Amino acid sequence: MAAKTMIEKLKILADAAKYDASCASSGTSKRSAIGTAGLGSTEGMGLCHAYAPDGRCISLLKVLLTNFCTFDCRYCVNRVSSNVERARFTPEELVRLTLDFYKRNYIEGLFLSSGIIRSPDYTMEQIVEVARSLREDHGFLGYIHLKSIPEASPELIEAAGRHADRLSINIELPRAEGLRHYAPEKSAKTIRAAMGNVRSGIDANRGERRSRLVRKAKPPRFAPGGQSTQMIVGADGSDDMQILTASTSLYGDYRLRRVYYSAYSPIPDASADLPPIRPPLVREHRLYQADWMLRFYGFEVGEIMEGGAQGMLDLAIDPKLAWALVHREWFPVDINRAPRARLLRVPGLGPVAIGKLLKARRSAKLRLDDLARLTVSVKKLLPFIEAADWSPGVLTDSAGLAARVRPPAEQLSLF
Amino acid sequence: MPTVALASPTDWKGWRNAARNLCAQGVRPEAVEWQSGEAQPGLFAEAADTALTASPSVQTRVPSAFLTLSRLVICHRDAERFARLYRLLFRLQREHHLLANAADPDVAWAHGCAKAIRRDRHKMHAFVRFRKVGEQGGRERFAAWFEPDHRIVELATPFFVRRFPNMDWAILTPERSAIWQDGALRYEAGASRQDVPDADIVEVEWKAYFAAIFNPARLKVKAMTAEMPKKYWRNLPEAVLIPGLIAKAGDRSDAMRTDGVTEPNALSKRIARRRES
Repeated sequence: MAAKTMIEKLKILADAAKYDASCASSGTSKRSAIGTAGLGSTEGMGLCHAYAPDGRCISLLKVLLTNFCTFDCRYCVNRVSSNVERARFTPEELVRLTLDFYKRNYIEGLFLSSGIIRSPDYTMEQIVEVARSLREDHGFLGYIHLKSIPEASPELIEAAGRHADRLSINIELPRAEGLRHYAPEKSAKTIRAAMGNVRSGIDANRGERRSRLVRKAKPPRFAPGGQSTQMIVGADGSDDMQILTASTSLYGDYRLRRVYYSAYSPIPDASADLPPIRPPLVREHRLYQADWMLRFYGFEVGEIMEGGAQGMLDLAIDPKLAWALVHREWFPVDINRAPRARLLRVPGLGPVAIGKLLKARRSAKLRLDDLARLTVSVKKLLPFIEAADWSPGVLTDSAGLAARVRPPAEQLSLF
Repeated sequence: MPTVALASPTDWKGWRNAARNLCAQGVRPEAVEWQSGEAQPGLFAEAADTALTASPSVQTRVPSAFLTLSRLVICHRDAERFARLYRLLFRLQREHHLLANAADPDVAWAHGCAKAIRRDRHKMHAFVRFRKVGEQGGRERFAAWFEPDHRIVELATPFFVRRFPNMDWAILTPERSAIWQDGALRYEAGASRQDVPDADIVEVEWKAYFAAIFNPARLKVKAMTAEMPKKYWRNLPEAVLIPGLIAKAGDRSDAMRTDGVTEPNALSKRIARRRES
């Protein structure tokens, strides 16, 4: 068999990596190559260098080191029982490709993951070697996101954290039971233990960096962009309540920066016990909205689920609106007097608009015209607010409100 | 009527000096005419009226946020920007907290312009594509052609300096060019697309990556064009692939669902057995 060309490898190993939703390059320390012999910078804010026709941001070179894998996770395109074509980069090839892409301003950096070959430790060593070479041999200061392999030894995770901006471990399925069934080689316990190790690595490093004694010689950073994870939506039987409950625990117990939700998407050569379906994109979208409500709007999972039924979010309307419709007693909210926490409950008002509104109302009593300059759509707010020149009267409680704010059914599909 | 002739369409210093003086003299916004040579290029004034550059007798004070804001807004193509910024400055002398009121029409206008400029700068950081020109004195040399909406070249260039200080590069645009050579930055006049090579060998790999990372089962063209509008496509080497990827997405996605599924093969059964034993 002829050796595969770089292009062939790249096609196989990018294709194999695309089911991982994360491509973020934000939230890390600010760095610049000025004054060094190296290359690269991070600006704190993420940057998407292109968008694929699936609407997803391309910020990083997201590839696998290899898609050979000894695991048999049924939802995964690279499981051992799949007949997909296999390939493997050498660490040198991948370093060259990353630098070539970076110098042409195609990417912010590298997101590297891998199938499990030989042993978890061997695989993790190879991943770390790519990051090490970029950082030490080439003075690369761009963004590096490494997938950590939960079964790998803590020393290797530690080494990964020294080179990477972000570490992630995918929890894959929200319930241990689903994982046992569909990913026989993985264990929820091992995954959570590994997340715990990364969190203590980050915490310990933060403590050392803050300590006065070592201020002069600050230890190197450990994963300054934090850790993230991904859950596959719609593969096992988990409902939204179970997914969001798992997220709450992940944000709380392991202080994850992000939980990504990835609609189970058809893969070539799918497993017989997890046949391909249309990816539940609307459900994925609603889960992201609910996730935002958990993190930025002060909602609890229980409250969010009040707007849905049988443990599932309403697909037709966003979960914040769904909550408001079953909590009319909260409204109308007076935009000239209500505190921030109460404004955050108004469907259609977000933290940015509220920040502007709170400042603006110090200067004058806000009218609808004023509000129109602060936010995208005033019309959507009308049933839920009071302004200097507006009171919704019976609109808030009218029986027809739910029907009016519900979009017509054909808008449901995101296809 | 006082007429202020500015040195260039983005002459923030000239605008600030003139505005400071006019404001100190209490000249009302509607009484000033601002010229920046946009309408008649080549007629840039050598120096502004001396009456307007003399040091002012009364201090003009503004919050520091206004300095940041006006630097951004001046890069906007809105022909009224000098006059409207002066009106804001004039009002700020009495209404100290004006900028906090995003609901005020003048403030909303300025924030709107600043937002457009930040987006334009962000897109330039994202969508500039360098092509390799060669190497000289151990430094790799690159060039890129880009067409921003507003006059943001000088605003956007420091990002590339922070990122690529050890390469030589030129970013050429129709009105202004930024050149970084041997660790020194300079700006020159505009250039044309032909001044940049029309290909780079690595683009073949980049295009292969772009096509492979796309998931045809999740086609969302509007989500793509919202962030990467078509106006940018002609300068993005990967964009030539987009129509073909969209056209074939349906068939590829259907095939994955209708093609047969795979039973666990001998190897995976063996692994499973080993695990159970």
